[in-house]
Amino acid sequence: MVQALGRLKESASQTAGPYVHIGLTPNFAGIAGVYERDLGTAMVNDKTRGERIWVNIRVIDGAGSPLKDALVEIWQADAAGIYNSPSDLRGSADPNFTGWGRLPTDMTTGECMFETIKPGRVPFFDGRKMAPHLTVWIVARGINIGLHTRMYFSDEETANAEDPVLMRIEQRERVSTLVAPRDGNIYKFDIHLQGINETVFFDI
Amino acid sequence: MTNSRFPANRTPEIGAFFQRDRNWHPPAFTPAYKTSVLRSPQRPLLSLDNTLSELTGPVFGHNILGELDNDLIHNFAGPGESAIGPRILVYGRLLDERGIGVAGALLEVWQANAGGRYRHKKETYFAPLDPNFGGCGRTITGEDGSYCFRTIQPGPYPWPNGPNDWRPAHIHFSIFGHGFAQRLITQMYFEGDPMIWRCPIVRTINDRRAIEGLTAALDMEATIPMDARAYKFDIVLRGRRSTLFENRIEGN
Repeated sequence: MVQALGRLKESASQTAGPYVHIGLTPNFAGIAGVYERDLGTAMVNDKTRGERIWVNIRVIDGAGSPLKDALVEIWQADAAGIYNSPSDLRGSADPNFTGWGRLPTDMTTGECMFETIKPGRVPFFDGRKMAPHLTVWIVARGINIGLHTRMYFSDEETANAEDPVLMRIEQRERVSTLVAPRDGNIYKFDIHLQGINETVFFDI
Repeated sequence: MTNSRFPANRTPEIGAFFQRDRNWHPPAFTPAYKTSVLRSPQRPLLSLDNTLSELTGPVFGHNILGELDNDLIHNFAGPGESAIGPRILVYGRLLDERGIGVAGALLEVWQANAGGRYRHKKETYFAPLDPNFGGCGRTITGEDGSYCFRTIQPGPYPWPNGPNDWRPAHIHFSIFGHGFAQRLITQMYFEGDPMIWRCPIVRTINDRRAIEGLTAALDMEATIPMDARAYKFDIVLRGRRSTLFENRIEGN
């Protein structure tokens, strides 16, 4: 016998279920008066620095149908590439930018639309700069553990080509599943849960 | 979400998180839970060590909280009213895998009422709504990771999976840690509920010990006599490595 490591086990994940809105976006669910506003609906204000953009996200199942009961969270750096988090010790983030957003997909169209800014570049752990990206986290009925992916920007070709994470993707044709095309000020990011265009998901 | 809202006596940790044990967590594809069939990725996940994008995460200040946010018995009730059902406290600590309390972390909960009915437009179960029960709550953990909710015990409810599947009584929990890689959503079950071991969603988890880890214990010592019984539910998030001997470039 040897000494015990004395570690606990992480609580096991369970699906968020079809009524995730009750807890995380109650006003959207029609439960008024408990919280003033749903958390994560406003990432920016008039003073936020950076290029103002909109990110349109859909989550599509293996039959090609957009999920109408998904909940999407995004986490991103500010325009200077600093995260609004105590764990980012590199300096102060833009106080007018939360970096974190949460929206349900529409019950009719399956779309959600984040108003945010384009993030700056953040260093990888070896010092190389990553391309601008959003972390995207999805939960829904039928998803047993939250899915973690990234959205990159189609008009950042140079940065994307040298991004250390995108370079890790062995099947090069899959890189495009993480790159959202730009149309005006809107980036459209379709996340495919399974099938021929399956989005790259991370264990990170 | 600024550094000033973080507990002042703690230096933020920046070490990478322990890897997730994906044999302990439920896999994506669990066909007995039918919706997972078309919503599960089929390709392997891409693994890499944490970058700043996963080591950092949003931190929420107490300024978002209203006075009744952690009291589901009263936070949707009319003046002088309260929700119907068995009155309970749900309390515990948010820890990481090292056993260290996770301070200043946002916990959000949601649940059905005492009859198993959710207040949601997509819900068609004919058990009635309770006019004094909404079903959402939230709180922020204390310095030692402790938290407490007051609520009513939810009822089991039927769902269209198999022809006669019923969920055990459960409360959904959403948890933020200090880094986005710790983000977790899970469900809490109640000690002694015979529905737990019959449930296809519970059984997406392959390890019995992991299911027991989601089952809250009745705690008579924490029960408030003549008022509310207590259930203790500790939640564990991913631990993180010490950076003492890691030769990492500045900024990580």
